[in-house]
Amino acid sequence: MLAPLQQPTSAVSWMAERGTMAGDANDEHDKARRFRDAALPHLDDVYALARYLMRNAADAEDTVQECYLRALRHFDSYRGPAMKPWLLAILRNVCNAEFARRGRQETELADDEEAEATPPIWQEPQASPETALLRQQDGDTIRRLVAALPQPFREAIVMREINDLSYNEIAEVAGVPVGTVMSRLARARAMLRSAWTVAEGAAP
Amino acid sequence: MNCADAEIMLHALIDGELDAGHARDVEAHVATCPACAAELKTFRAMRATMAAANLKEAAPAHLRSRIEAALAVPAARVSAPRPSWFASMRESWKNFFGGFAVGTALSAAVAASLVIAVVRNDQNQQIASDIVSAHLRSLQAGHLTDVETSDQHTVKPWFNGKLDVAPPVIDLTAQGFTLIGGRLDYINGQPVASIVYHRRKHVINLFVGEPLGAAVHGVKNETVQGFNIRHWSEGGLDLWAVSDIDAGELDEFGQKFTAALHAPGPS
Repeated sequence: MLAPLQQPTSAVSWMAERGTMAGDANDEHDKARRFRDAALPHLDDVYALARYLMRNAADAEDTVQECYLRALRHFDSYRGPAMKPWLLAILRNVCNAEFARRGRQETELADDEEAEATPPIWQEPQASPETALLRQQDGDTIRRLVAALPQPFREAIVMREINDLSYNEIAEVAGVPVGTVMSRLARARAMLRSAWTVAEGAAP
Repeated sequence: MNCADAEIMLHALIDGELDAGHARDVEAHVATCPACAAELKTFRAMRATMAAANLKEAAPAHLRSRIEAALAVPAARVSAPRPSWFASMRESWKNFFGGFAVGTALSAAVAASLVIAVVRNDQNQQIASDIVSAHLRSLQAGHLTDVETSDQHTVKPWFNGKLDVAPPVIDLTAQGFTLIGGRLDYINGQPVASIVYHRRKHVINLFVGEPLGAAVHGVKNETVQGFNIRHWSEGGLDLWAVSDIDAGELDEFGQKFTAALHAPGPS
């Protein structure tokens, strides 16, 4: 007597029962599945980069979701071989678009030549042997220091240290030559070291 | 090589991005330059500290489910008739209640049982989607098995002490389904055994646990997000096989599992 309360038959088996399974619906379905299998394993990486680009959890979640939907739409044109940089490049575009939409003053993700030219706001590191003894900082402090880096350096260091991309892959995602990646990483680490030293002084 | 070049290139050295020739050049410079040697040491230490600090924050579970749901949209889009299903359900509810319009105790009881039926259905849907999520999670690198072996006598005792039940572990290699290991998983907040099989390149997760949700009579097949699920019970335990192989093959798997379970002789 409770027949009407039975679970709705799933879309696919319903279509199959009706014999109206359209070929393209099937393809779509298959594509979505292949995409999930290929792309979902990188969710943590995509989210990690989004956290550092957007700097807050809610925005990160929205951009990650948009990234996956966009990636699914363009999955047909994906030619490999590496899924992770492909997804990260899409994420970066989504974040870019989001910042453009908000019309932020700080053109966050633009390849900011200025940021590269401006002298660092950090104190220049003194290359003395005692700086070799950086104190072990906890994860939260390091995250905060990385998050405070100017955008081009922040994304380079995150893609290298957290997403574990090669220089070539970072160059591809950021759309800059490999040499630029190398110098950005050098700058990023130098800034990080200075900030680190300062944080050390401030630590109890 | 001078210090200015080395300052940049020692990062590429640390990152393992230099070819042998350049790596030798940087190392040669560092060997004769205490300042650059100190830099190299500092940045190596920094890199190690960052690696150890585990800076990668995992995506929250609700985001994962949100995205999994969003990606299932192409499948959902073809389910256009759903509103009519809904309408017909509402219609029959109306008729149903119409018959009991005079507030008798019976109608209250019937209403209560309807609520239970609805809640249970929701719960079943929840379980089905949990099963698909667990299956998807298992396909990600390094998540598939906690104990990896094709030996059923290794897999079975592995679950001892991890679960309140002893799941049946059967090697079906001869029947075309290769046992590759086991894993502890959670469905609807309850621990379940997952016994993992391969069919060609495809993975089958067989979840075994104490009954969850409504009792299953016979075999129940469904498709969720493109994955087939076969749900049945054996000896008071519930079993859900889930895979992307087609429903017919999954059914074959279930039948062979049941046949092997009840086959006489050593198991």
